[in-house]
Amino acid sequence: MAEFVIDCLLGILILAAAAFLLIDGRRGSMRKKQRNMLTRILLCAAMLLLLQLLPASIFNQLDRILFPSAGRWLRFGAYFLNYLLIGYDILRKAILGVKNRQVFDENFLMAVATVGAFALAIAENGDYLEAIAVMLFYQIGEWFQSYAVGRSRRSISELMDIRPDYANIQQNGALERVAPEEVAPGSIIVVQPGEKIPIDGVVVEGASSLNTSALTGESMPRDVQTGDEVISGCINLSGVLKVRTTKEFGQSTVSKILDLVENASSRKSKSEAFISRFSRIYTPAVCYGALALALLPPLVRILALGLPGDWHVWIYRALTFLVISCPCALVISIPLSFFAGIGGASREGVLVKGSNYLETLAKTSYVVFDKTGTLTQGVFEVDGIHHCQMDQTKLVEYAALAESASSHPISKSLQRAYGKELDRRRVGQIQEISGCGVVAQVDGLEVAAGNQKLMRRLGITPVPCHEVGTVIHMAVGGCYAGHIVISDQIKPHAKQAIAQLKAAGVEKTVMLTGDAQPVAQQVATALGIDQVFGGLLPEDKVAQVERLLEAKPSKGKLAFVGDGINDAPVLSRADIGIAMGAMGSDAAIEAADVVLMDDDPLKIPKAIRISRKCLRIVYENIVFAIGVKLLCLGLGALGIAGMWLAIFADVGVMILAVLNAIRALFVKKL
Amino acid sequence: MKKTYHIEVDCANCANKMEQAAQKTPGVKEAVVNFMTLKMTIEFEEGRDPKTVMQAVLKNCKKVESDCEIDF
Repeated sequence: MAEFVIDCLLGILILAAAAFLLIDGRRGSMRKKQRNMLTRILLCAAMLLLLQLLPASIFNQLDRILFPSAGRWLRFGAYFLNYLLIGYDILRKAILGVKNRQVFDENFLMAVATVGAFALAIAENGDYLEAIAVMLFYQIGEWFQSYAVGRSRRSISELMDIRPDYANIQQNGALERVAPEEVAPGSIIVVQPGEKIPIDGVVVEGASSLNTSALTGESMPRDVQTGDEVISGCINLSGVLKVRTTKEFGQSTVSKILDLVENASSRKSKSEAFISRFSRIYTPAVCYGALALALLPPLVRILALGLPGDWHVWIYRALTFLVISCPCALVISIPLSFFAGIGGASREGVLVKGSNYLETLAKTSYVVFDKTGTLTQGVFEVDGIHHCQMDQTKLVEYAALAESASSHPISKSLQRAYGKELDRRRVGQIQEISGCGVVAQVDGLEVAAGNQKLMRRLGITPVPCHEVGTVIHMAVGGCYAGHIVISDQIKPHAKQAIAQLKAAGVEKTVMLTGDAQPVAQQVATALGIDQVFGGLLPEDKVAQVERLLEAKPSKGKLAFVGDGINDAPVLSRADIGIAMGAMGSDAAIEAADVVLMDDDPLKIPKAIRISRKCLRIVYENIVFAIGVKLLCLGLGALGIAGMWLAIFADVGVMILAVLNAIRALFVKKL
Repeated sequence: MKKTYHIEVDCANCANKMEQAAQKTPGVKEAVVNFMTLKMTIEFEEGRDPKTVMQAVLKNCKKVESDCEIDF
């Protein structure tokens, strides 16, 4: 019965290998080394099947024709040839390993196990099949590992295929294709419909819509026209664009992203460190275990119990141990899971800068937001002007001029509200008072624009505002001149994002803001945020995050979400820093651990879900692989599991773990 | 100084062993092997010539995995 099963198995194996080779002949998806190995596997399996089907009587007849036991030797010779065919490279590596004092090399151990099994079989003129089969399946495992990893490596790179191949430059009236690396900043390139924008730049002619999905995971096209900045990696959908490049190719967004994702898996996670430590201990431990199993029980039987040693039984069990000594399944599946997870996330517009960050992200229990630019648009609009002592437009004009040097979103909104070109010559002696506001000389008058603190500092009594919003008190020439109320728009998905974070298991959401507490509280209540700290200066935010870090339970991690502008210290202080809306912002890509390419807050819970899925797969693989190995060791020691089961378990676990790891790539529907 | 090299290696455990072998090579401050992207990043100690150090690294790596290759 068992014979029949094995013959069938070999038959299936031969068909599968042949089919693979035929398909590959057309597609060329294997490397030469892999194809050679598969051919060897095919030949070995075919020869083994042939030898198995040969009736034993043939060898017995040889005894009569030639000399006694000739059949036995011939049979051994045929099987040994078969063994060499599949295992010669392992034997060679084993010998090299011994020369280089690498005793716990898996080639060496596999060689010992199979040669040992062979020797036991010679002694009994019995089952050579086992030794060959163990070698055969070990090689299949190795082949599969190499093939699967090669394939997933390629499919992940294909997913990340945002690298442009060429740039069009106009020369003598004709378009010429050149390598993107050769285009100097300031050149004019032409991007036709259907092409990728190769280099970051500014549109100088034409209008079109761009597909940014490869960068942001966002499928809505973005419209651009003359004067707009465009980012490399986007696909031009409709019109011809002429773009003046602003960066070299190497500094462009697309190169940065590719670098980041490729290098991300070099930053190893704790799980990976654990596995490489484990594998360093595991192999020697199993080997010593095998040695003990080969020597101790027979000696105890002979010396203490007065029974026969049964050496061959115990040596066989020890050899079974050696078959399971390779930690391959673990060592391959963990980095593969992380690689797939990072690749899948980047496809969704979530760039994770390292496996370690993916791991930390999965443990997030506190999420701290910097309000502006993450939960709110960061685009302020003037809501009202109160208690104004002069013409309202005049007040806005003063405010815009005083704030003309600042890039703060509030200043920008004032400048927008003024709506006309600012004449900077009218402004002098600008003093920015961090967390308070600005004092400047406008048209020779001292203009102060800022919050209540600034007014008190200047000895002016501000009129409190009854409306909720950010209030900018103005003082012109030392007298109170009224206040401007501006408010920030909450992002459409912000509330949903907070709810999803809760659903994903985040314990606490916190909002930090420079706005006054009542404003902050109102936004927080509207969004369902647990805790708010308002009226914070930039440096207070670091201190606040530090306090939260101390207060949180030690196991959970604290994630800080910012817009990447002015919050680098907080991003680096948190366990994990997430920068949003970072497309094209170098500073944010530098400072953060996780970069969200667009500014949709729903990407935050999504990033956490992706990391959780990836980590779940990692843990599944660790528990599953170690569990099966330990089980096999136990059964092997008791003699219940033979080498057959051991090698099947070993290769099977590896294949399943690799397939499971690839699952981390599929995160679209999370 | 930090440099990244392309490597050829078939199994993940061998890649780990190469990393350890590279780390033990004199002149190497830090070595990281990324099996998924088949890259080896070496940080050299001050004033060492990368070329000669890499020859030693390759020799040590060959000891643990005879089939491996490093392009440098």
